[in-house]
Amino acid sequence: MDYATLLQLLDSTLRLATPLLLACLAGLYSERAGVFDIGLEGKMLTAAMCAGAVAFYTGNAWVGAVAGIAGSMLFALIHGVTSITFRGNQLIAGVALNFLASGMTVLVAQSLFGQGGRTPPLVGDARFNPIELPFTEALSGIPFFGALYRDVISGHSILVYAAFGIVALTWWVLYRTRYGLRLRAVGENPAAVDTAGVSVVGLRFSAVMVTGILCGLAGAYMATALQAGFGKEMTAGRGYIALAALIFAKWRPVQAMYACLLFGFFQALALRPDVVQSVVQVKVPVPFLDALPYILTVLVLAGFVGKAIPPRAGGEPYVKER
Amino acid sequence: MDRLPRWADIALVPFVSLSLAAIISALVIIAIGQDPWEAITVMVQGSVMNAYGWGFTLYYATSFIFTGLAVTVAFHAGLFNIGGEGQAQLGGLGVAMALLFIPWPHWTIALVAAACGAALFGAAWAAIPAYLQARRGSHIVITTIMFNYIAASLMIFMLVDVLRPSGQMDPATANFPEATNLPSFNEIPGLNLIFTSGVPANVTFFIALAMAVVVWALLWRTRLGYQIRAYGKSEPAARYAGINPTRVIMIAMLISGGLAGLMAINNVMGEAERLLGNSASGAGFIGIAVALMGRNHPVGVVLAALLFGFLFQGGAELGLWTRIPIELRTVVQGLVILFTGALDMMVRMLLIRIFAVFRARKLEAA
Repeated sequence: MDYATLLQLLDSTLRLATPLLLACLAGLYSERAGVFDIGLEGKMLTAAMCAGAVAFYTGNAWVGAVAGIAGSMLFALIHGVTSITFRGNQLIAGVALNFLASGMTVLVAQSLFGQGGRTPPLVGDARFNPIELPFTEALSGIPFFGALYRDVISGHSILVYAAFGIVALTWWVLYRTRYGLRLRAVGENPAAVDTAGVSVVGLRFSAVMVTGILCGLAGAYMATALQAGFGKEMTAGRGYIALAALIFAKWRPVQAMYACLLFGFFQALALRPDVVQSVVQVKVPVPFLDALPYILTVLVLAGFVGKAIPPRAGGEPYVKER
Repeated sequence: MDRLPRWADIALVPFVSLSLAAIISALVIIAIGQDPWEAITVMVQGSVMNAYGWGFTLYYATSFIFTGLAVTVAFHAGLFNIGGEGQAQLGGLGVAMALLFIPWPHWTIALVAAACGAALFGAAWAAIPAYLQARRGSHIVITTIMFNYIAASLMIFMLVDVLRPSGQMDPATANFPEATNLPSFNEIPGLNLIFTSGVPANVTFFIALAMAVVVWALLWRTRLGYQIRAYGKSEPAARYAGINPTRVIMIAMLISGGLAGLMAINNVMGEAERLLGNSASGAGFIGIAVALMGRNHPVGVVLAALLFGFLFQGGAELGLWTRIPIELRTVVQGLVILFTGALDMMVRMLLIRIFAVFRARKLEAA
């Protein structure tokens, strides 16, 4: 494999890791607050549809992204009301929302556009277009790094850079702010947080809504940056890969970034079986590359690659003592 | 807190949940500019008003009984098995392995072999998540989700690279030998007077009903069933009573996976008569809705499976005859899971309030 191919691979790695990363960080807020969320997939899908449709009508990707976030937050609200207010089973709520999203997106897109559940292709400003970072020209003369900067680091949409910015932001919020401390506490021991006079319900709702916002960005990225429009089931299990990455990273933001980059790299490899074959000299079946993130996650869950311990109060609805 | 009377708990709570799901579905249909009354008419016409429709409704219901029972058994052990989809796909592989390579003389013998293959492969696919839950404390929900995706990849690999006959384009196995084809309802003496044209419903339907009885007997009439339910209610109490948690988790999940795998004799052996890609086509997930709606009792599961069979066949008719997309059934499925599974508490709280009002009135009158 030559250097140019490697750069191509890394370029698509960044592109493919971004929706995973946004969804993974989304899950991080919710799960750190003690609300398990297997509905990331559904929220992303809803956001993708809303973003695709509104971006088409307005011709503005930013308005589309706002619509995507709104759609995803509506689903997050249902998840919150179900699992926090009515103390329902968080996992079942997530499963339900995934099905709801899978059906509703097609129903709405079909009734709006009548193109078999797709939105019409987006062009121009209706998409987040690649942006050229400064100094690309100036640096391109430098051997090795110049090409890396030009082909891999520069030339992505704004949402890609935003996703990596949100990693730093999440780290800061989680470990350096009062809100972050309370968020982590409410996922480990809600009774202690309650005793300290902080609202468990309020904290958890805020976390679930942040999850909605980030899933909204992930979905908007899918429909208006990675691809040009919404398509039926376009998230294709990315919500679950993000969940896998979250476990792989043991619910920590910076590690989540590494995990998503790794899984994004696998996805990039799965698109280029010829490269894989030339490197390992054996024909590797594409399905195996597709399954790698899941296999790795199972290994992590099994404790073979360091134990993954979820937030202790995760999955348990909080009942205030009477 | 007040409790609901028993009849309300068994019948009224699911009825109210279902009504809420139906009302919201109707609103969704109105929102996309269609007529809900027309939708329900088309659905009823196409699925239960003639024998041909019943032939499809019962075919779908058969699959859902298996997957619903699978989720039920795991639920009683306190385990949420989302892996029914993958286990059912692996069951299909088991059926293909049993039928492709051995020339069975008659379908009855082939059915036994295929059922064993299906159950074995399904159980094996559930065994790893079960072991990881029992021994390493990995959450079964996450591992079974991961195993669904691994199963999907494995099946693509098996169908494209291993089992596909040379020269064939579509990823599927060769047709199973003629002798192994199961009799459909239109080929069974007696039933063929009702089902005059070819329908996919086949003898597997009766096996599904028998499995419902077996699961009921297992859960409520055997020592093992008692252990499963005791463990599901309270792990520390079960442990204190000398019940081995590893054993219960393993056995419950193996049965659950086996039941999900058994579904394959309906769709793979009975209908397609060869193994196709994505053979379970979502039935594993519908098992979750069926079990929740059936309140984790075999009788409820059979009734809920019939309802979902109706929904599935009716939904297909909608896609054919109206402008409502077939995906409506996914929406209804999601709503049913939401209301019967996750918002159970809300429905209960609502009903308890209503009952309290009635009680207060009665007291005033007295």
